[in-house]
Amino acid sequence: MRLGAVISLGLIALGAVMVLLPFVWLVSVSLKPHAEIFTTEVALLPTRPTLANYWTALTETDIPRYLLNGAIVTGSILVLQLAVTVPAAYAMAHRRFPGRRLMFGAVVAALLVPFHVTAIPIFLGFAQLRLLDTYAALILPFMASAFGLFLLRQAFSQIPAELIDAARVDGMSEMGIAWRIAFPLGMPTVIAFAIFSVTAHWNDLFWPLIATTDPGLATPPRGILFFRDQESGDDVGPLMAGATLITVPLILGFLLAQKRFTQGLANTGLKK
Amino acid sequence: MTARLSLDGVTKRFGTTEAVRNVSLTLHDGEFMALLGASGCGKSTTLRLLAGLEAPSAGRVLLNGRDVTRDSAAARNIALMFQSYALYPHLTVFQNIALPLRMRGLSAVQRLPGTALVSPVVRKRQAQIKAQVSQVAEMLRLGDLLARKPGQLSGGQQQRVALARALVREPSAFLLDEPLSNLDTQLRADTRDEIRALHRRTGYPFLLVTHDQSDALSMADRIAVMIAGEIVQVGSPKEIFHRPQSIAVAEFIGHHRINLLPPGPAGRLHPAGTRLWIGIRPEDLRLSPEGALAATVESRAFHGEETILKLRDDAGTALRIVLRGGETLPNPGDTVRLAANPAALHGFGADGRREDIPA
Repeated sequence: MRLGAVISLGLIALGAVMVLLPFVWLVSVSLKPHAEIFTTEVALLPTRPTLANYWTALTETDIPRYLLNGAIVTGSILVLQLAVTVPAAYAMAHRRFPGRRLMFGAVVAALLVPFHVTAIPIFLGFAQLRLLDTYAALILPFMASAFGLFLLRQAFSQIPAELIDAARVDGMSEMGIAWRIAFPLGMPTVIAFAIFSVTAHWNDLFWPLIATTDPGLATPPRGILFFRDQESGDDVGPLMAGATLITVPLILGFLLAQKRFTQGLANTGLKK
Repeated sequence: MTARLSLDGVTKRFGTTEAVRNVSLTLHDGEFMALLGASGCGKSTTLRLLAGLEAPSAGRVLLNGRDVTRDSAAARNIALMFQSYALYPHLTVFQNIALPLRMRGLSAVQRLPGTALVSPVVRKRQAQIKAQVSQVAEMLRLGDLLARKPGQLSGGQQQRVALARALVREPSAFLLDEPLSNLDTQLRADTRDEIRALHRRTGYPFLLVTHDQSDALSMADRIAVMIAGEIVQVGSPKEIFHRPQSIAVAEFIGHHRINLLPPGPAGRLHPAGTRLWIGIRPEDLRLSPEGALAATVESRAFHGEETILKLRDDAGTALRIVLRGGETLPNPGDTVRLAANPAALHGFGADGRREDIPA
């Protein structure tokens, strides 16, 4: 092997270790019995691994509840986002209507505005509607995603206009074309977007912290905060087990969809 | 012959440009018509207007005498075969062909997956669709390919799937947009025969849109020639070729561009040439020592079965002549004399319109 390759591989390995170390530590601590966690020497691997912390986290804390909330919130957000985004992106890509360019410009402009800018007005509006501290407050602000619109519009633009015309001649409605032609043909991009969306909202702490106070509505990251506050830090084992449990669904999802995910990103905006 | 599908004074504007200007065109029951024009002349727009994919800016579209100008493409039940075939890449060949039937014969609820398990009506309808698809697939030799996706088919097979999808719904008319342009020469000749045979067999009125005059001349019963958004002549292939109604048509039709002699010098070929333009196809000119026209050979190109000479006559007009067979060929720089059969001459007035001249 050439020296250059050795050096670059070494640097990549070093980077990987730095990124992965906290996770390894997290999983390692979650597997250690209580007595092993607070010791003076640093041991990367538990000498007597145990699943007791996971048992505690699952039975004596609200973590299952947080996981369920996370699934409800991210699932609802994704379903609503697709329900809005797929027909809208199809219309922007394949229909001629006044204000079409303006609409696309507005979508691109909206991409540049971080959510934190609109969070306060949305909070005030939801307060007026008495929607705070509900599932709706966690879900509705993310229904229309400028990112999703942009991504799907680019993907749908790659579908030849003749194919859309063929579907019209064959008797499909515009909504039918959006869901039965554009949606399946844009599937790699849809999956890429779904992973972005689920990851972002599963991990989001900012908005749940603002919009909800009820622990029964807490999403996983918000729940971990409740947990930490209650236990005031001395029950680290179950905390780490809980943190592992909320990370695992995302990692599993990504591994399962990895191939289509990278494929979807690679194809975005490219002609086949 | 009764009119099946027609345009009545249709104009289509995109912004300020007129893609189609005051076009009237009728497709009769059972006929095979070709719409022939150079690319960008508005023939594809005309096709889309007939199919219902574009709405005219002015004028009407009639189907069986009924005004369908505002009807959707699906409501008109006109089949359209696209240049790219436009097969649904995510559906199998069977699903591609069955799609128009499913859209037509089943409601949105009935199309939901699993309805066949609970509803005998849906089961019966699905069995009919399956039978219709198999029948069309047999006719187009697609029986073994029904489970494949379009990406796994050759170009010719894809085209047959597109034909099947268009024909399966028993359309009121069948429009074909440049069906031969994606095929190589060998397949092209076969497909011409196949489409002709399909027309005879089904009896639907066919409208073929093409820029290729040999496709139009060899396949169609009638040809409409379109130039710059207007229909300039409608007639049988022989009429279009032998009696072009204007200089524009005469220049457009023919494998080799027609020779045009301006009024005056043209008088040497025909007495009427003193006041008319005279057109003569390069195939109709011949070398002859007694010929009335003298010209100098500028270049000579050998094309296998024919040789094309480019010449310039003493009045400075460029001429072309196609020679077949084993005549002794003049060399560039030689002066030759040219003669033509008077029956092969076309006279055109100053406005470009045909004026018949005695042979």
